[in-house]
Formats: sequence, C-alpha cells, structure tokens
Amino acid sequence: MPARRDNPTARVTSNVLYLICTVASFVIVGVLILITGYLVSIGISSISLDFFTRVATGDPNDPGGMKHAIVGTLMLLGMASLVGVPVGILAGVYLSEYADDSGRLNSAVRFTADVLSGLPSIVVGIVGYELLVVPMNRLFDIKYSGYAGAAALAFIMVPIVARTTEEMLRLVPGSYREGSLGLGATKAQTILRVILPAATGSVITGVMLALARVAGETAPLLFTALGSRFLTMDPSQPFPSLTAQIYTYATGPYEKEKQMAWGGMLVLIAILFVLNMLIRYVAHRSVRKFQVS
Amino acid sequence: MTPAPTSPTSPGTAAPAAAPATEPSMSAMPLVSRPVVGIASPEQSATSFIDAIKAGKPVTSAVHPSLLKADHIVKVDDFQLWYSQNKALHGVTMGFPRSKVTAMIGPSGCGKSTLLRSINRLNDLIDGVRVAGKMTLSGDDVYAPKMDVINLRKRLGMVFQKSNPFPMSIFENVVYGLRIDGEKRKSVLADACESALRAAALWEEVKDRLKGSALGLSGGQQQRLCIARAIAAEPEVLLMDEPCSALDPIATLKIEEFIRSIAGRITVVIVTHNMQQAARVSDNTAFFYLGRLVEYGPTADIFQNPMLPETESYVTGRFG
Repeated sequence: MPARRDNPTARVTSNVLYLICTVASFVIVGVLILITGYLVSIGISSISLDFFTRVATGDPNDPGGMKHAIVGTLMLLGMASLVGVPVGILAGVYLSEYADDSGRLNSAVRFTADVLSGLPSIVVGIVGYELLVVPMNRLFDIKYSGYAGAAALAFIMVPIVARTTEEMLRLVPGSYREGSLGLGATKAQTILRVILPAATGSVITGVMLALARVAGETAPLLFTALGSRFLTMDPSQPFPSLTAQIYTYATGPYEKEKQMAWGGMLVLIAILFVLNMLIRYVAHRSVRKFQVS
Repeated sequence: MTPAPTSPTSPGTAAPAAAPATEPSMSAMPLVSRPVVGIASPEQSATSFIDAIKAGKPVTSAVHPSLLKADHIVKVDDFQLWYSQNKALHGVTMGFPRSKVTAMIGPSGCGKSTLLRSINRLNDLIDGVRVAGKMTLSGDDVYAPKMDVINLRKRLGMVFQKSNPFPMSIFENVVYGLRIDGEKRKSVLADACESALRAAALWEEVKDRLKGSALGLSGGQQQRLCIARAIAAEPEVLLMDEPCSALDPIATLKIEEFIRSIAGRITVVIVTHNMQQAARVSDNTAFFYLGRLVEYGPTADIFQNPMLPETESYVTGRFG
C-alpha cells in the first residue's frame, strides 16, 4: 500500500474555494441591501396616507396618490389568476398524471412550457398587442384594456404554474395513487380526492411564485392595458397598474411625479417581499406534511 | 413500495451448463405446467427442481390433493406475466379457497407479489406489462376485455407493504371506498367506519379522534387503518402484500390477530417473507420460486410434511 502524503496545495485550494463562495454569497445579500436601502431612503418620504387613498390628479405640483395603480395591479393579478391558475394547474395535472413519460407530446409540452416561462416579457407585450388589442379593437371597439393586460399576465403565469404543479404532484408518493386505485377509485377521483389535496400547499406555492413574477411585469402591460391615472373597475378600459404608473412617472419630466414613482417602487418591492415570505411559509409547511407521511 | 419487478434470473440467462449432469431424471419429468399430485419421486435431490427452473425448463407444481377440490374464489390457470422482456410468472396454476387465508411465500423476486397484484390488476399501472393465461374472480374473467377494472378493484381490498393512509382524517380514510361510490348518508358512513375500525382492532384507540389526521397515527395504527379502509366496503377478497414487513413485533401481532379473526368470513391472500407468520396465520401456503409455483398445500403440511425436499429446505431456512 503506498504511503499517504500530505498535499499542501489541496488545503490551500480548499480554503480559497471556501473564501470565494462566502464572498459570492455576501455579494448577493449586499446587492439586495443596497437596492432596498436606496429605495427606502428615497421612496419612504412619498409614502403617506394620501399615497394609498388618493388617485392621480394629473397636476404635476400635487400628483395625488397611487390608489388607482395599487387597486389596478391587484385587479389585474386577480383576473390573470382566474384564467392562469386553473389552466396552469390542469396542464400540470396532465403532465404529471396523464401524460406518458416517454411520449413525444409530453416532452413537447414540457419543453414548450419551459421556453414560455423564459420568454422575454417585451415579447409577451407586443405579441399580446397584436393578438389581443388589435383584434379586440376590430371586433368590439375595445382598445387597450384590462382584459388584454390580464390575459398577457395569465399567459406568463400558465407555464410557471403548470411546471411547478407538475413537479409538486410528482412528489406525492406513488403509494397514494396505488392505494386509491386499489380501492376502485377512478383516475379522476384519485387526482381530485387524494393527489391534489395532498399537494395543495405546494401547488399554492407555485401559484404565488407566478404571481410574484407577474406582479412586477411592466412591458406586457404597457402594450396591453396601457395604464391609466383613473381608478376604474371596468376592464374594457385602459387599466392602471403600479408598474405602468411607475414607468410613466419615472420617465416624465416632473420632480414630484418622479418622487411618486420611488414610492410606488417601494410598495411594489414590499408586495413581492410579502409574497415571497408567504411562499416560504406555505412551502415549508407542505414539505413537512410529506415528511410526516 | 413496488415489488421487485423482475425475476432475478430470466430463462435466457441461465446457462445450460448450470444444470448438473448428475440429474438424468430431469429430462424425464413431464413437460407440462399442470398441477399434479405427488411428483416428488424419491430419486429427486433437494436441488433438482430448482435446477430445472434455473435451466428454464417447465416444471410441475406439487399441489396437495385437498386443494384440488376446494371451492376456489380466485382461480389462476397457466397464468404468465412479463415486465417488458422479463418473464416474472411462468404458467402459475392454482386456486384460492373461499373464506380461507392463503399465504404466498418464497424468496424475493419469486413472483408472489406480482401474482397478488395481478388479481386486482394493479400491474396494469406499470408500463410494458403483458399477461397470458387465465384468472377468474368468482367465475368472472379478470382479464376479459369487457372486465371493468374499476369494478373489479371494488370487489377486492388491498393492503400494501408500506402503510399508505391518505393525508386526510381517520374517518375519511376508512370511508374512502364508500365515498368514491357516491355514498353520502352520514349514518351509513359512520356505521361502516365503526365496524371496519372495530374489525381492524383500531376503534378503541381512535374513536375520539376520528376527525384527526391519519398521519398522526403510529406506524402500526396506520397499517391497521389501511386494513380498515380495505375492508370497509366489504371486499370479496383481501389482498395483503407483506403487510407487517415494516412493523414491530407487537404491531405485527395485532395484524395477525386481525387476520385470524376475519378468517372464515373474508378470503385473505397474504404475501409474506416471514415464514413463522405464514405458519401462524394461514390455512394454506403456496411456495414460489423464480416465477413458478413450487408447492401448494395446507399450511401444516407445507411446514411439517412437504412433498418436495426444496420446500422443506426453504421453510427450514436452508435455502432461499
């Protein structure tokens, strides 16, 4: 047996690797702190009761508040979820429970979903304009609208929800399926009564991931919902959103409106932060459930 | 847990040289796959049957006379099964007597779990499974094209190796079979739940927490819950796939007591690796090896007075 030798180089390499990994992780935290710190320091001054209770005035000296944009964003997210969540979950169920794993259709659907979830949002916006805004204008005399904006967001949500649903359903133990089918349940009964309920928490995580992604989208909305400074509940009209309002204010010439944009960004980041906390909480709980079983 | 999907030795891989030349009687054996009585001739050594199987030759199961004329609820006739290219069952012919407990024993990969899961067609879920031969449940052809698999499974209960309570309440677990049949009457569900839990000797332990999660139960309780779930809809046959292999001795004892308590009312087919368990709970025992039924007879005979020396070697732990 050859004698083992000390290898000083290996020790040095090991320490160096540890060092650069640590530095890299601190860079991430540092960037996050930098951005939020900067946002808070500039934007906090525009956050007031008025910010949440007043709508835009159009007056550069007294821009009012962002109520219309916050409500608009929430409405858009709600409408997008109404379509995107069921379609996404059903597609995920198909991929996990029905599709033949080796089948071409299955891999095609999965590949398409992966490509779609990485689609640049400007593409979604312009394609949405061509496929939604232009035809709706021709058919119903609706131009930019909340419907088109919600549809564009839903389009972004579907592949994300579908893929996370699929992954989460695959984590449900096969013994549940066998147990249910062995009792004479149909496939649909097994999916609806056992598989989906078992994965509810994880599926919700996927939905919130998708929401967090689209809540910050701007480009798709600029070309579909356009944005508006009025508080509206009518989705057939140009529709306000936080991101579109931030864009309008930030690119405009007026100092007070720019200040409103900073406040809007702060609120947007806060919404995403809360969503991410919820995702972590729900995901943690649902993972624990499987560990118990 | 899925059973070992393949037989460890497929016929094609057994080299002919493996068959010892000292066994001229092998070629004289009848090349049919029908149960006959008393084929164990004195000149057969303890390994000749096994060697014939390994060489891929057809062998004849030794079935004790009392089992040939019994009232069989499940009949298996020259049943064969392939997982893709691997043949897991080589022409099994046997019957499971009504209202009796039948144990299937044999080393891993012998096909006993495969045969069990063929009865309720759970093997259908695995890609590439093909079957040949015939199997009937109370006279109905299990593999007939017109057989509705959902209805077939409703007539059979199954308990798995690893307990698999669903992530819902204890009550909902037990009445799952009735729920999927559309039963909504509260009193019917409650009665079925109580009697199934009583039969599975779990009622006293859980009667105050029926709404609690089934996942909060101990391993042994979970398995008894799965038993209650399997019998709540009153199946014709209860299939048990190594139901105690993940349990401690006390939990095992409770399940064995359950099996004895329902013997005579429900037909039970149990796959087990535990020979003592087979001896304790079953009326009849079938010994499988490499996808063949080797010997099948009353449990007392299989363990104390088997026809074949191979069976004796296996049940006494000298082989397998």
